[in-house]
Amino acid sequence: MSELTEERFRERAEAPGNDAGDGTSAAAGGSISVQPDEFHHARDIGELEKVFELESLSVSYAGVPAVKEVSMDIYKNEVTALIGPSGCGKSTLIRCLNRMNDLVPTAEVTGRLLYHGEDLYGPKVDPVQVRKLIGMVFQKPNPFPKSIYENVAFGPRILGMKGDMDEIVEKALRGAALWDEVKDRLDSNAFGMSGGQQQRLCIARCIAVEPDVILMDEPCSALDPISTGKIEDLMMELKREFSIVIVTHNMQQAARVSDRTAFLMVELDATEQNRWGRIVEYDATEKIFTNPGDPRTEDYVSGKVG
Amino acid sequence: MSDFDPKTARAQVAIAGARGVTAGVLSDQPRKDVVRNGLFGSLLFLGIMIALAGLALLVGDNLIKGWPRLNMDLLTNGTSSLPANAGLHSAIIGTLWIMAFVILFIVPLGVGSAVFLEEFTGKESRFARAVEVNVQNLAAVPSIIYGLLGLAFIARGPLSLGFTVITASITLALLVLPVVILVSREAIRAVPPSIREGSMALGATRLQTVRRQILPAAIPGIATGIILAISRAIGETAPLIPLGAATFVTYDPSGPMSGFTAMPLVIFNWVKQPQEEFQVLAAAGIVVLLAVLIAMNSFAIWLRNRYEQRW
Ligand SMILES: Nc1ncnc2c1ncn2[C@@H]1O[C@H](COP(=O)(O)OP(=O)(O)OP(=O)(O)O)[C@@H](O)[C@H]1O
Ligand SMILES: [Mg+2]
Repeated sequence: MSELTEERFRERAEAPGNDAGDGTSAAAGGSISVQPDEFHHARDIGELEKVFELESLSVSYAGVPAVKEVSMDIYKNEVTALIGPSGCGKSTLIRCLNRMNDLVPTAEVTGRLLYHGEDLYGPKVDPVQVRKLIGMVFQKPNPFPKSIYENVAFGPRILGMKGDMDEIVEKALRGAALWDEVKDRLDSNAFGMSGGQQQRLCIARCIAVEPDVILMDEPCSALDPISTGKIEDLMMELKREFSIVIVTHNMQQAARVSDRTAFLMVELDATEQNRWGRIVEYDATEKIFTNPGDPRTEDYVSGKVG
Repeated sequence: MSDFDPKTARAQVAIAGARGVTAGVLSDQPRKDVVRNGLFGSLLFLGIMIALAGLALLVGDNLIKGWPRLNMDLLTNGTSSLPANAGLHSAIIGTLWIMAFVILFIVPLGVGSAVFLEEFTGKESRFARAVEVNVQNLAAVPSIIYGLLGLAFIARGPLSLGFTVITASITLALLVLPVVILVSREAIRAVPPSIREGSMALGATRLQTVRRQILPAAIPGIATGIILAISRAIGETAPLIPLGAATFVTYDPSGPMSGFTAMPLVIFNWVKQPQEEFQVLAAAGIVVLLAVLIAMNSFAIWLRNRYEQRW
């Protein structure tokens, strides 16, 4: 049953005619270093394939709502950024997308979340299969206490991927722009790497299993500007092959790397006892940063609040 | 009898005290506080010294008393009613047999229980909490109780395995199992959640995550616990006495169903004898037993320091 589910998802993800955006994507992501003021021109929604469709998605922990009624579409081969003040539920929301929230026993998801048209929270969906297709990179680099090689090989091994493991590892490390730095010390412990290298190793580990989507929750918040730059460049490369959703507190980063940006804010009830996140505006990044439709968005992106 | 304190509350108090003293010395507090802290520090130091002196006295006394018999004959001579011919050989073989089966029981049962409690029951689960409280309590039950349990249920009663090596093994395994479970849980808990998340996010199942990530990372801690448990089992006498109908085994134990004897039992037996020669022999035996225990505990500490993972 679960295998079937994965097959079905893969078919959807790879169906021909879905790569309509390839030309545009190359044009947008072609230059590796993007100036802060240089936005990608988000493509017309009509020509895009949807990866996720969130329909009034709400999440609560032990009955206390954390995010309420989020509706948005996330498109293939784009970088979609989630921004907003601390506690507005960005992590909560992104962790819904690969069902990592299932690991929190108190978390409850309501509403609908479609992934390539299939209900991701449907009764027949196995969360383990979901995570094979939708990878995740965390805020704090979390390499396994193993060698660099074993870190990357772990995913392909447990998924029983066929092919030469050395090649798979090299391809993933090259994909994460890490190969040249580590090719001579693949057997050394990953804990001996710098924070930026560790984070790129986590990205390599994630792309080694050939996912469809990569979720990144503040992937650069623990890194210095140079490492951050490398990871941002990497994202521009990766979005040709994968769809990326990123949470970030760094406005410039959202402006530099993303095609589309969602702004979430904390909402309070009348008694100011309960607070939850709600989406304020979701649009092309260029629009959000230059001509937002909601004054709250403008205040936030211009640094007046938050 | 060695009583292993699972929560090492004493160690925590000692560490807290030591930290307080250091902080007091390093900060420029009023003179009175420094004096008070200094006094506290000296008291702690005195406490440690008394404990160490007790141990040194024990080792030294037995070393001097047993010196004439501390030679290879002690290890190669079998059991005998003549002090001149008596040695630890059968006891050592017996202890090895018993420990082999103790390990066989406690490793899968102890680690399995720990994994189950940590990874496969919810943190809030009532069942897990009930088991936890029981395991904590079991760890504090006097060891003689396990001896009586072994007598009533294993040697006789439902299992009726007789006064054999396997009976001794099961009894000792039950005795140290709580410690193995507690230490293994602690070791598993020390593996940060980010490792679990990283593994699960790659599409690993819970079982794969436990087998390939959590257990390998926790093995040094678990191994430390197992060695400490075994070293306790080696030294335990009380639970074996009710089972030790045959403390005077004149042959080498040869398998699980063979009659048994063990090092602490033989020493206990020697101490009971009226002849002075047996007292000398007992002292020599105590030195051997202590040497084995100190070696094992040192190995456990070395293992812990060597593989301690800093996250
Ligand atoms: N495991 C959990 N159990 C209970 N409540 C949680 C849990 N995780 C998050 N929350 C709550 O949900 C709300 C949203 O948290 P979340 O971590 O998603 O915010 P965030 O936008 O990612 O914040 P930050 O920018 O600080 O990372 C917060 O009020 C938080 O306390
Ligand atoms: Mg967060």
